[in-house]
Amino acid sequence: MDFELMINSFPKLLNATLITLKLLSASLIFGLFIGLFFAILRVNNNPIVNKFAYGYSYVFRGTPLLVQIFIIYFGLGQIEYLRSTILWVILKEPYWCAIIAFSLNTGAYTSEILRSAFQTIKPGIIEAGQSLGISKKIIFYKIQIPIAIRQSLPAYGNEIILMMKGTSLASTVTLMDLTGVAKYIISTTFKPIEVFIVAGGIYLFMTFIIHNVIKFLEKKYSY
Amino acid sequence: MELLSFGKTGWGDELLIATMMTIAVSITAMIIGFLFALIFTPLKLSKSKFLNLIGNSYTTIIRGVPELLVIYLFFFGGSGAVMYVASIFGYNEYIEINAFITGSFAIGIISGAYSTEVFRGAIQSIDKGQFEASKVLGLKKPVHFFKVIMPQMLRLAIPNLSNVWQITLKDTSLISVTGLVEIMRQSYIAAGSTRDPLFFYSFAAVLYLLLTFLSMKLINKLEIRYSRGY
Repeated sequence: MDFELMINSFPKLLNATLITLKLLSASLIFGLFIGLFFAILRVNNNPIVNKFAYGYSYVFRGTPLLVQIFIIYFGLGQIEYLRSTILWVILKEPYWCAIIAFSLNTGAYTSEILRSAFQTIKPGIIEAGQSLGISKKIIFYKIQIPIAIRQSLPAYGNEIILMMKGTSLASTVTLMDLTGVAKYIISTTFKPIEVFIVAGGIYLFMTFIIHNVIKFLEKKYSY
Repeated sequence: MELLSFGKTGWGDELLIATMMTIAVSITAMIIGFLFALIFTPLKLSKSKFLNLIGNSYTTIIRGVPELLVIYLFFFGGSGAVMYVASIFGYNEYIEINAFITGSFAIGIISGAYSTEVFRGAIQSIDKGQFEASKVLGLKKPVHFFKVIMPQMLRLAIPNLSNVWQITLKDTSLISVTGLVEIMRQSYIAAGSTRDPLFFYSFAAVLYLLLTFLSMKLINKLEIRYSRGY
């Protein structure tokens, strides 16, 4: 055991954790909107809209995240037309490519979580709202969405942890996130176990925090 | 389509072999995962606090640390660890472990943590009366486990195991960083030499979709078989 290396690499890894957290929070925020949008499409009665939303979540849940990042980072740059549009400003940056891939991926999982939450809302609650003469829009925003959020908290907590682990793939597109820096230190010092303990410890600590925050929210919003 | 033709000009045969490799790694990893689950599920269910702690730390650590980090640990540390063990037995030559073994071991340990959780959940949701009844009947331990507990456990576990299988299958794409030529690595090579990454990575996505789709079909059949009588 090389404790000196462990202590020396700790600040470097902690610095890299910032990028991991940035990637995680950005993709979770975008992913939540994407997920909500597709969940609403999924509960739509129109079969074409429904199939489209199902296809989206099927494709993104059925393929590895690595493929998705590679398609967006390496693949999209190949389209000549894209290079001339304003989108290229975003797509040439590995940072934004990673965020796009993560958001689309977590969006697919989130849409499934929210859809099942919408579908488990007892119809009686909606009917009660209707018979009180509340408009459909307000029922949706003030009754269905809050209940769905409460219902989906445990599953969404798991998704946050999965996404946190997913951000490690950013290191494959040259980003120096926690895993990227850990790999760099391992490959220069050839001390994989020490670095794994420190980097893994930071990841575990984040998992622990997320887990407890979700538990706290679950208790707060339980009824 | 020319790019996918078989023979020297296209990448069809290479990608087919790579797909076989992905399937092989996934199955090996899944089996290694089952072996790990076989060791750690009893630990998690045991009454001893110490054994519980071992079982819980395994599943918590593996499920809380990114897969890629575990793979890097095995990739960079695997041959070192084997050489260390070998040196105890007096063998001091350089040993290189093959990428297939390192990869399936790394993925297997990850998949094992998920399988352990699935088996634990399944055993815990079996009715207590079943355990007591087989004890009262005086069944021998192996009979008790294989003929009473296991069939019931499998019925409850198979739907969740199909999730573990999907996770494992998708995780194998990460072994490409170690140089094992599976779907992802082969697409990387093909994309590099033809300068057509969009096509090859999209094709890789299609291959993975096909694999998940076909395996779901198979698992559904198994599910029906094991829920006979319910």
